[in-house]
Amino acid sequence: MRIDAKGIHYRPLNKIIRIAAASGEKEFELDNVGGQRYIGTGLNDSIKITINGTPGNDLGAFMNGPKIIVNANAQDGIANTMNAGEIIVHGSVGDIIGYGMRGGKLYIKGDAGYRVGIHMKEYKKQVPIIIAGGTAGDFFGEYMAGGIMILLGLNGKSPLVGDYVGTGMHGGVIYIRGKVDPYHLGKEVSCLELGEEDMKLLGSYLKEYCEHFGFDFNEVVGGKFTKLVPLSHRPYGNLYVY
Amino acid sequence: MKVDGIPSGCAISGMMSEDGRRIDGRVIIKSIACMHDRSNGLGGGFAAYGIYPKRKDQYAFHMMYDNIESKEATEEFFKDAFNVDKDEPIPTFRENGISNPPILWRYFLEVPENKLEFISERDYVMKTVMKVNSDIEGAFVASSGKNMGAFKGVGYPEDIGKFYKLEDYSAYIWTAHGRFPTNTPGWWGGAHPFTLLDWSVVHNGEISSYGINKRYLEMFGYRLELRTDTEVIAYLFDLLVRRHKFRTDRAIMALATPFWKDIDRMEPEQKKIAIAIRQVYGSTLLNGPFSIIIGHSNGMIGLNDRIKLRPMTAARKDDMLYMASEESAIREIAPDLDEVWSPRAGTAVIGTLRDVE
Amino acid sequence: MESQLPAEFVVNVDYEKCRRCKRCVMNCSFSAIEFKDKVTPNHRQCVACHRCATFCPESAITITENPLAYRYGYNWTPEIRKNILKQAESGGIILTGMGNPKPYPIYWDHMLIDACQVTNPSIDPLREPMELRTYLGAKPECLEFNSDSSLKTELAPQVKIDIPVVFAAMSYGAISLNAHKALAMAAKRMGTLMNTGEGGLHEDLAGYTDNIIVQVASGRFGVTSKYLNNSAIVEIKIGQGAKPGIGGHLPGEKVGEDISKTRMIPVGTDALSPAPHHDIYSIEDLSQLIYAIKEATDYKKPVSVKIAAVHNVAAIASGIVRAGADIVVIDGFRGGTGAAPMIIRDHVGIPVELALAAVDDRLRQEGIRNRASILVGGSIRQSADVVKAIALGADACIIGTASLIAMGCRVCQKCYTGNCAWGIATQKPELVRRLNPEVGADRLCNLLSAWGHEIQEVLGSLGINAIESLRGSRERLRGVGLGQETLDILGIKHAGIGQ
Repeated sequence: MRIDAKGIHYRPLNKIIRIAAASGEKEFELDNVGGQRYIGTGLNDSIKITINGTPGNDLGAFMNGPKIIVNANAQDGIANTMNAGEIIVHGSVGDIIGYGMRGGKLYIKGDAGYRVGIHMKEYKKQVPIIIAGGTAGDFFGEYMAGGIMILLGLNGKSPLVGDYVGTGMHGGVIYIRGKVDPYHLGKEVSCLELGEEDMKLLGSYLKEYCEHFGFDFNEVVGGKFTKLVPLSHRPYGNLYVY
Repeated sequence: MKVDGIPSGCAISGMMSEDGRRIDGRVIIKSIACMHDRSNGLGGGFAAYGIYPKRKDQYAFHMMYDNIESKEATEEFFKDAFNVDKDEPIPTFRENGISNPPILWRYFLEVPENKLEFISERDYVMKTVMKVNSDIEGAFVASSGKNMGAFKGVGYPEDIGKFYKLEDYSAYIWTAHGRFPTNTPGWWGGAHPFTLLDWSVVHNGEISSYGINKRYLEMFGYRLELRTDTEVIAYLFDLLVRRHKFRTDRAIMALATPFWKDIDRMEPEQKKIAIAIRQVYGSTLLNGPFSIIIGHSNGMIGLNDRIKLRPMTAARKDDMLYMASEESAIREIAPDLDEVWSPRAGTAVIGTLRDVE
Repeated sequence: MESQLPAEFVVNVDYEKCRRCKRCVMNCSFSAIEFKDKVTPNHRQCVACHRCATFCPESAITITENPLAYRYGYNWTPEIRKNILKQAESGGIILTGMGNPKPYPIYWDHMLIDACQVTNPSIDPLREPMELRTYLGAKPECLEFNSDSSLKTELAPQVKIDIPVVFAAMSYGAISLNAHKALAMAAKRMGTLMNTGEGGLHEDLAGYTDNIIVQVASGRFGVTSKYLNNSAIVEIKIGQGAKPGIGGHLPGEKVGEDISKTRMIPVGTDALSPAPHHDIYSIEDLSQLIYAIKEATDYKKPVSVKIAAVHNVAAIASGIVRAGADIVVIDGFRGGTGAAPMIIRDHVGIPVELALAAVDDRLRQEGIRNRASILVGGSIRQSADVVKAIALGADACIIGTASLIAMGCRVCQKCYTGNCAWGIATQKPELVRRLNPEVGADRLCNLLSAWGHEIQEVLGSLGINAIESLRGSRERLRGVGLGQETLDILGIKHAGIGQ
């Protein structure tokens, strides 16, 4: 189903998609998207939505299954509390993406803004993953409780990542392709060398990632990575007195 | 189709031609309308620079009056305080659902020589603005700069833009605001932009340090009685840049000051300056979530709070600089851009006029 | 005729639990427990310092108030009757220690702090930056820059503190050297300051220059040019909240070898601090002393002036700022002391909350608030008091009693006896030894870190991440149960009123 979204408010637009998906439509292509919010939000069906233009905030929030491809930059709040599915952005994204994300994949070709993957968490078999090809702002992986975040810095921009990386992190793992000055790290993370298991894990996700965006897998995976893990699952255990 | 938004704050958008090309108001209305859902119909407004080229040396006062009495009282006061070169109603289009506007009138004013014996011209104008806003019941100065004006009111910004017939104005800087008021009631004077002299501010977010910013400004003769946190931003720029003669980057360093941990790592001379600014101007720090666009005669400044709690996207295309709460609001009016970026926290995006006129 | 006052407290010993180890006897410094075949209390000597009960390995000791009934009299309280009996017997001024215990209103407890909900977000203090660093000293009204963009304005000396809490002035003499050492060590570790009080600086504290405020009081004990320069800040003590307008008196028996050396007075002589500085009979004289100190320290140290909160405090503080002080310390009427006449401690001065609000307002009205930092004390009991004080306009708070409690003090109010069982307000070597300076310092550091975290929690809930955005931000306070006049003085609105 192809929809010209020019000038359509998000409510009718999303309603069209909801109704069509419920009646079995599997593929949507939205043209001239300009800031419409909540595309894919709350959808449970295994559908594919291709977005041409800049989608609005909360793209794929509470999403549980669909695949979304954005052929432009995207804005704030992508994959907010997402449970399952896949979002692929052929551009850069704004702030607070993957907030409380519990499952699924979020692949970004370019840069990510501030507060990426805040309180991302995993539960049983659900392990969310975010990969950004460029740089990221401050508070990358703040409060991270589970899942995997990978930052690649492929566009060579500096700084690779902002301050307070993994501040309050108490679960999950962050891989950053390049060096991170300890000054930029939160108090609750430690820096580790990568082992064989790590390389295997990176390899499987990066292969898929590179295929989406046409990056050279060997070059990407051949970079020197830094691994960040939480020092403790209870970083504030000693802060209180009873 | 109009739908009430969720409480996501407000929308701001700004555009400027650094070459000083003047663009009519339809473009900025289109941009701010794209973010309709960020506001709730209780406030919208615009600031425009370069709109009165034939009277560019006169202070253009845009006034809002609750009633004829307040208009008469203000005009009586103006007659004494200024040479009133011209006054006229601000043209409006009354058929698009905007209800209960105040009396909207504009004045082109000059300051008589004899008033300036002990005070600079702009300090004098600033004091008269404060006096009208505080002392004349029902009168409000919407803007008071030269060759610029604020157009604002209660309504969605796109409706306010049509109401003021912004298609008839051409400006080299336009800023716009869609309001989702929380702390102050939706009254015409309370809509953004807030202005003083040629400073204008559109603001998304809330200034959690308002209490001390206000008390600090009061020490310097500012009167803050508009029941909104945004006015402190305009006055702080006025204080720092105009009165204390700060460069823009230094003013930014006071208002969105670097963290101590970053100051501690600066080069010695820079560090000395940063420490001194924090020591002396700690009370000017704008704390809390904000993204703002400041307009002034020579440019436009975009700024986020120092941990970037409100959104801002900036973009360039040829001589144009754009800033908005959302990228889509820029793409709406400039689909092909040379450059799009998200400014870092506490780092200003500065547009400067290369050549006026 | 002896009045034979009944005991204030009763020491109860559970003889079934008592193992007769005599630890209580050894620990009691007030001779309230003897050993005569068994542990035998002398109730009348007990001050409820808890030392015996704390150290009894069997928890066999409890201390209760003497239940002896006095016939009820709202007017003639037992305390008043006892004081009259004591004075009728002795003809003396009633002496006491610590701060005012009377049930005057505590305005801190009638102010509530704001918090963010939706329209402005709170900030997470654990994971995001939350800055408490504060600089004490005079600030210019504005900064000027040279054409090469370097800084033109030269700032007066500024002293950095990492937490807006400073230890209050307590002299070596009033408290022990071990207590002084603990305070100095803690101040250094926590990036804050301790204050020598008026008793001079013991040579063991010479290494703490950057963390010490040295005091110049009317007795000028131990004040030399070296002393003045061995400091971060020099403080002129005009008054103290517990005893405004009153001097001090360290009895000769406390002036041993070490104190004699530190205060530079002969062993065994009374150390008398006159009520006024006899070189300050007016404000211009204060200015003269301020600048004498600035000359003596080459303008490298901020000069602080400490006053008690009295009725006209706002005008006095304004005068002090105009006289050239870089810091004004205001000590409220609930402030502590080693010794003070009860009539003064309990009836003179005003609450620091009101004094602070009045001073901050006055300095702002005069446009000179930037010219001096304001420190306040006089019963800062908890971090909430610090937050409220800063919101009212203080730069930082001073804590005396709270720091003593952290080191073990049980507030028995017998500091003036020199028998402090906890090794704090005493000079007896066998008692002083009870306070290990390292342990004391650890406990003080713990207290300050805990308060620091709590202040950060509040800042976070207020949605601000730097202490300067709280300072003077009275909009973030609301009064509860206060009358309009009090609200006006405090410059705050009543709870229930929005912006």
